[in-house]
Amino acid sequence: MAVRKNQATLTATEKRNFVNAVLALKKNGRYDEFVRTHNEFIMSDSDSGDRVGHRSPSFLPWHRRFLLQFEQELQRIDSSVTLPYWDWTADRTTTASIFGADFLGGTGRSRDSQVTTGPFAYSTGQWNINVSVDSRPFLQRELGAGVRALPTRAEVDSVLAMATYDMAPWNSSSNGFRNNLEGWRGVNLHNRVHVWIGGQMASGVSPNDPVFWLHHCFIDKLWADWQRLHPTSTYLPAAGTANVVDLNDTMRPWNNVTPADMLDHTKFYTYDS
Amino acid sequence: MSKTVTRRFVLRGTAVAVAGAALAGVAGIATAETGAKPMDHSGHGDHAGHGPQAFDETYKGRRIVGAPATGGHQAHHGGFAVTIDGKELHVMQNADGTWISVVNHYQTFADPLALTRAAVDKLQGAVLVPIATA
Repeated sequence: MAVRKNQATLTATEKRNFVNAVLALKKNGRYDEFVRTHNEFIMSDSDSGDRVGHRSPSFLPWHRRFLLQFEQELQRIDSSVTLPYWDWTADRTTTASIFGADFLGGTGRSRDSQVTTGPFAYSTGQWNINVSVDSRPFLQRELGAGVRALPTRAEVDSVLAMATYDMAPWNSSSNGFRNNLEGWRGVNLHNRVHVWIGGQMASGVSPNDPVFWLHHCFIDKLWADWQRLHPTSTYLPAAGTANVVDLNDTMRPWNNVTPADMLDHTKFYTYDS
Repeated sequence: MSKTVTRRFVLRGTAVAVAGAALAGVAGIATAETGAKPMDHSGHGDHAGHGPQAFDETYKGRRIVGAPATGGHQAHHGGFAVTIDGKELHVMQNADGTWISVVNHYQTFADPLALTRAAVDKLQGAVLVPIATA
């Protein structure tokens, strides 16, 4: 069984293997397909129309499936690789080791926000931005510029304490665990981290930044943590709801997987804590 | 999802795909919509008369234009279309009346003007490009 680990605990070899597998996917073109898919859902998911990947109950199972597919692609390159998660409540500074030159690289330079350190710097020739909303071909970050601070452990715990998975109207105005975790309401967890990173991470093409996968892996872990805290709480809505994915509806773009299929992550992997 | 919802999704998927190929501006998107059957836009945010204020100004050297849109996926996403130097900025209205764009997707703004200025700030002089929807 694959074990997903906290990125702060990875060995130098584990970091290198992860980075090399990501670079290989970029080189063979598969990486950019994930960026394109994500942006297509960002642009079509709406509060008043159909919504699958974001601002809806299936935000969590959709991203679980999306990450699984990405992880499987990495494992075709290197079977030892699993997705690491980034606990941003603990590793919360712009100089944390996750942003080291031996892993994801650091913040962008002031002139154009271009990332110039680490394996995803444009100058390496290995990381051109091909699926973009603008003409810039390089990875950008503005760590800590868009929002004052990353969420705290106390803020995470306050959201994990919410017993109801999601509520009508099942969109960005909902109360409940899902929307408070996604961040359209309340203390704002997931959305805030995207803004804190800045650059492509703040946009619809956020998976251009490899930190996307480590951030969403932590969001995925928080969902699993919530399930453990609330064993009698279930995914909602159950059935017959307009515009959103009910428990046993299939999710685009796969059309063969339901939220129910995604509820138990231990069929696929476990977390180290 | 119900069957009616699925049908509507198919229609909108068509509109989005066509609009993606014709991002010449508001007029082009309105034209692209004509191939689809009429869609139900009720309850899809503000409409002309009480929607956000139109604007046409130069901000940090960029010409930013925002105006109500009557067709295409803008109508679906809040009835407003925005361009920066003539290139479409994809915008969307949230259920609570705030706005997001594809450039600042995870952060809400009070109105399209504030959203567009924020996009200009983030672009740092770069030009918006339509995203290939292959």
